[in-house]
Amino acid sequence: MTVEAARTPGTLQRVLIYAVLLLAALFFLMPLAAMVFTSLKTMPEITGAAGFESNTILTPPQAPSTEAWGTAWQSACIAVACEGLRGYFWNSIVMVVFAVFFSVMFGAINGYVLAKWRFRGDNIIFGMLLFGCFIPFQIVLIPMARLLGFLDMAGTLHGLIFVHLCYGIPFTTLFFRNFYVTIPDELISAGRIDGAGFWSIFFLILMPISLPIFVVAIIWQFTNVWNDFLFGASFAGADARPLMVALNNLVNTSTGTKAYNVDMAGAMIAALPTILVYVVGGRYFVRGLTSGAVKG
Amino acid sequence: MAALSIEGVGKVFGEAEVLRDINIEIEAGEFLVLVGPSGCGKSTLLNMVAGLLSISSGRISFDGQRIDNLEPKDRNIAMVFQSYALYPAMSVEKNIAFPLRMAGLPKDAQMQKVGEVCALLQIEHLRKRKPAALSGGQRQRVAMGRALVRDPKLFLFDEPLSNLDAKLRVDMRTEIKRLHQRLGTTIIYVTHDQVEAMTMANRIAVMEGGIVQQFGTPAEIYDRPANTFVATFMGSPAMNLLDAVVDESGTALALGDLRVPIPPIAAAPPPGTPVKLGLRPEWFDVGGAGEGRVALPGHIDLIEPTGPDIYASVEMVGQRLVTRLPAGTDVTQNTACTLSVSIENAPLFDAQTGLALYAD
Repeated sequence: MTVEAARTPGTLQRVLIYAVLLLAALFFLMPLAAMVFTSLKTMPEITGAAGFESNTILTPPQAPSTEAWGTAWQSACIAVACEGLRGYFWNSIVMVVFAVFFSVMFGAINGYVLAKWRFRGDNIIFGMLLFGCFIPFQIVLIPMARLLGFLDMAGTLHGLIFVHLCYGIPFTTLFFRNFYVTIPDELISAGRIDGAGFWSIFFLILMPISLPIFVVAIIWQFTNVWNDFLFGASFAGADARPLMVALNNLVNTSTGTKAYNVDMAGAMIAALPTILVYVVGGRYFVRGLTSGAVKG
Repeated sequence: MAALSIEGVGKVFGEAEVLRDINIEIEAGEFLVLVGPSGCGKSTLLNMVAGLLSISSGRISFDGQRIDNLEPKDRNIAMVFQSYALYPAMSVEKNIAFPLRMAGLPKDAQMQKVGEVCALLQIEHLRKRKPAALSGGQRQRVAMGRALVRDPKLFLFDEPLSNLDAKLRVDMRTEIKRLHQRLGTTIIYVTHDQVEAMTMANRIAVMEGGIVQQFGTPAEIYDRPANTFVATFMGSPAMNLLDAVVDESGTALALGDLRVPIPPIAAAPPPGTPVKLGLRPEWFDVGGAGEGRVALPGHIDLIEPTGPDIYASVEMVGQRLVTRLPAGTDVTQNTACTLSVSIENAPLFDAQTGLALYAD
């Protein structure tokens, strides 16, 4: 590292580096810009009607209007109801809060047990859990539908949450186990000598130092559960549909003119929570992902 | 009555037997050091006393009460770990208060005891800091504070000084010994450093290969090592072991052409028995024989001055040995010389079994 520091790039090189980075950033931001611009335009402006012939998808809106956002939120027609995305947004929030909370907590406790309380057959159980990470979604659709029916949870929101828990726990367990393996065993031994039990060691000693891996697990789970379409479309009934399914239904209507501005506003609404989670937690995300690789 | 007694304790991990038939008894207030090279089982034994590992056979009792089936927290012990194992998210005072908090002590009583311990260890100014903001020596003190605060009947130390630099290690060694004298609590202390063992212990158990090679006071261990392992492990530089054979008379040893009388503390094996004669480096001196001394002609091939002493590597009777001479001794590298050695207390070992042959 000291060698690197001795070779600080010169001014010209610095300008070049920033220019390249800036260009790359602009390039990758183009789709987002197109979405935001379109969502703020009126339909004639989008379709290039009279007066807007020279417009492209990347032309900024001439008279920005949030009307499409309002429509997408509360009055767009999805299936037979014209109440916008807000009800589905709420479904997704409930789903994601419960699915993330429980999958992360179970993952943390599983990881803690597998890393610090070795028992006979623990590696076999860990191997089986890992196997769960590699099962494609499509394979489990029919067995899962049978199981949900059997448990009397078919078509409900808690049924959907249950499915996400089943799929999320193997991943969160893997994250937490690999994180806790790097924590010295002496910390657990010290806790036991000092009179702490299984739960006090977990909550008082390990939890406070697990923030990076919690953030990783939360971001991972939040993104997966929030963005999931297949399970939502397969297992949620009319009242329990998550936002992603509703967005699809909004965008893929085959009647009337396509309201691109409303579609884009709807897509932006659907994307905002994940963006927010990354902005808040991103700092820890990278740290948590690499924490197993380097010694603290 | 013995405070701590370890009777016939063994440990098996799967197929591997790591400890076999360990028998150790110490009185209340004694300072027991378990010393041995890495992998000898000393830390395993400590963890078994602590209750962090189960025992496979035997029994451990404390004050006459069997403890090997109790949870660690019910054994009235405290432990200081090699890595200190401070809780990273807690401040120094919360770390020290943790055992009290787990015992359900009221908050103000916790803080009062934490205050006493911090004063004793002179770490009051660090109370609000997190472990990451402490130096190695400070962490060490906090770890000791966390052990002291519970006022346990038995302290366990697992190589507590091995992560410190040389100077600090010597300081902390003195401090732990002073603390022991002041508090009088029974201590079991694990180390691989024979100097720590000699300086701190009332009792030493030298371990190797999962068994106790010798258990005794530091003087017994040093002056009457039970076998060649103990003889060479304890002491620096290590004791020289010279190959010899008991001559026809049965009263002297043949080292090549040289004849050396069998040391008075050794039992005389039959003529022709191959033996090893143990000679500590500090028993040598330059010059001819005197009362109870034997002159040995040799050739000095290397000199290492350490300050107070000179370590001289000498070739004698076809074997190389290390001598420790006072500074200022007139020795020159690559010269012939005559050294004399006191064989008054020199132990004799059976060349085959490595066991010491004492007269009594």
